[in-house]
Amino acid sequence: MPFLQVEDVSKAFRGVRAVEGVSFEVPRHTITALIGPNGAGKTTLFNLIAGAQRPDRGQIRLDGRPIGGLPAHRVCAAGVGRTFQLVKPFAGMTVLDNAIVGALRGERTVAGARHRATAVLGMLGLAGKASLMASHLTLADRRRLEVARALATRPSLLLLDEMMAGLRPTEIDELLAVLRTVQRDEGLTILLTEHVMRAVMALAEQIVVLHHGQVIARGLPAAIVRDAAVLDCYLGEGESYEGLDA
Amino acid sequence: MIDSGTAPDLAAGTTAPALADPGRRRRQVMMGIAVVAALGLPLLGTSYLVSAATLALYLAYVGQAWNVMMGFAGQLSLGHSLYVGLGAYVAAGIFVHTGVGPWASVWLAVGVCAAVGAFIGLLAFRLRIAGVQLSLLTIAFAELARIGFDHIDALGGPGGLFLPVTNRGHVDLLGFRGPPALYYYGMLVLAAGALGLCALLLRSRAGYYWRAIREDEAAAEAVGINTFRWKMFAVVLSSAMTAVAGTFFAFYNNSLFPEQIFGFERSVEILVGPVVGGLGTLFGPIVGAVTLVVLGDGTTELLNKAGIDVPGVRQGIHGLLLLLVTIYMPNGIWPPLARALGFEPKRI
Repeated sequence: MPFLQVEDVSKAFRGVRAVEGVSFEVPRHTITALIGPNGAGKTTLFNLIAGAQRPDRGQIRLDGRPIGGLPAHRVCAAGVGRTFQLVKPFAGMTVLDNAIVGALRGERTVAGARHRATAVLGMLGLAGKASLMASHLTLADRRRLEVARALATRPSLLLLDEMMAGLRPTEIDELLAVLRTVQRDEGLTILLTEHVMRAVMALAEQIVVLHHGQVIARGLPAAIVRDAAVLDCYLGEGESYEGLDA
Repeated sequence: MIDSGTAPDLAAGTTAPALADPGRRRRQVMMGIAVVAALGLPLLGTSYLVSAATLALYLAYVGQAWNVMMGFAGQLSLGHSLYVGLGAYVAAGIFVHTGVGPWASVWLAVGVCAAVGAFIGLLAFRLRIAGVQLSLLTIAFAELARIGFDHIDALGGPGGLFLPVTNRGHVDLLGFRGPPALYYYGMLVLAAGALGLCALLLRSRAGYYWRAIREDEAAAEAVGINTFRWKMFAVVLSSAMTAVAGTFFAFYNNSLFPEQIFGFERSVEILVGPVVGGLGTLFGPIVGAVTLVVLGDGTTELLNKAGIDVPGVRQGIHGLLLLLVTIYMPNGIWPPLARALGFEPKRI
């Protein structure tokens, strides 16, 4: 059985169809990338899976259990961790306290949560910055903090929304290495959206292409980049997809 | 000043908790002096000093209660006079009509205020009313009470409700009647208790969750926090704590007027202390309350002694303080003061 099942999910905003009849599956312990031009509905789909918005139609299952339409905190409790495209750190709190807030999801005591938070910050390479205010971090470190905070909740599925946007190539490479390690060590299933094709090609085992709110292609990365429909939708919209032709 | 997004210079203070703490001894000595001074004040001070100190403790207590909602959980109430007034009227009404003292009625006052707080919270958070709209809603309820209590004849209406005053020299602990020092110590116990409770809460799950909600509600939801439930907890706790101050106020002041006790100025008076002292900090409400009373009421008293009567000088000084602190100390007086004194500046 697939770990995450998205079945015929639709969402409209004031009549505009953001996501229309989307279905796909993410196998357990794999990384799937969701790509598509701006406005294709990627973030909306993320918000539907994470419970930030309710789907108008369709069902979403995690490990067989329906999670579609649940509030975000219950989706998190069911095992879904997420990051935000526009990072949302708890700015007035320290890096450690940010991670502790996440870790309290699965821990009964603050001491236990602190222990878990410290371990997660270590995994993300943020241990040396634990006592800094989150507002003082660079963008790259804020992205890492987003992952750390989500990871601290002990998710089985991690949703990463545009992790690489705005990062320098070296920062992207470092974050890619960290994500691979974390995915292996924590036994995670990951669904990510990404514009940086180099990151997609480096991580993803499956690619789902979204266009005008619909799935137009899905398959192995190597096949997807040769898919005529995919190339068409990018070239047609004048999107610059770094590394698409590589 | 309410924006808590950046607290640039505070991070440094939290970087060295594991090092041998050289300031610890000094802090203990300073805390010791503060405790001794607080306990000994009525023995040494004049009656004016005792009443001014009682007012400072009262403001510190209600400031602490308000800070739970705004400073910790980020929910701005501009109508906290509602809970002071309700707490006062419940306790005073019971005393005037049945003779039952505050030790019994304070529980009913707490229950009533918690229920009203829960109702406002339910209304606001279910309908997703937040920010400025939430503040306006809290004002609206306080105003509603102010107008409503004018029409309750059993509680004196606009003419006021008066508690029978007994011999001030005689200490009656059961009825909470006695000399000014009794009220001073009563308020001291309440303020110290509120400080202890808030210190515990901040270190617990509630403290972490409230701060997370204050900083970013969507992110808080995403890490599994039922933000509705924790915001409700903050509002109910804050209103229940304020109810106790209301009960105290009734027995201390002995007269209640809807126009005064539910007034908007009262709500503002409650929040100026914690804002001036340091929003979201443990000692901010105390430092703020003392600052307000020393500068505001101190100046008024000095002017009166000099034979000058300037109406509104107290409010003017509060306003000026708020202005200066907002410009020069956006995090309040306590964080920089704490650093200067060698305390860990805890802006939680």
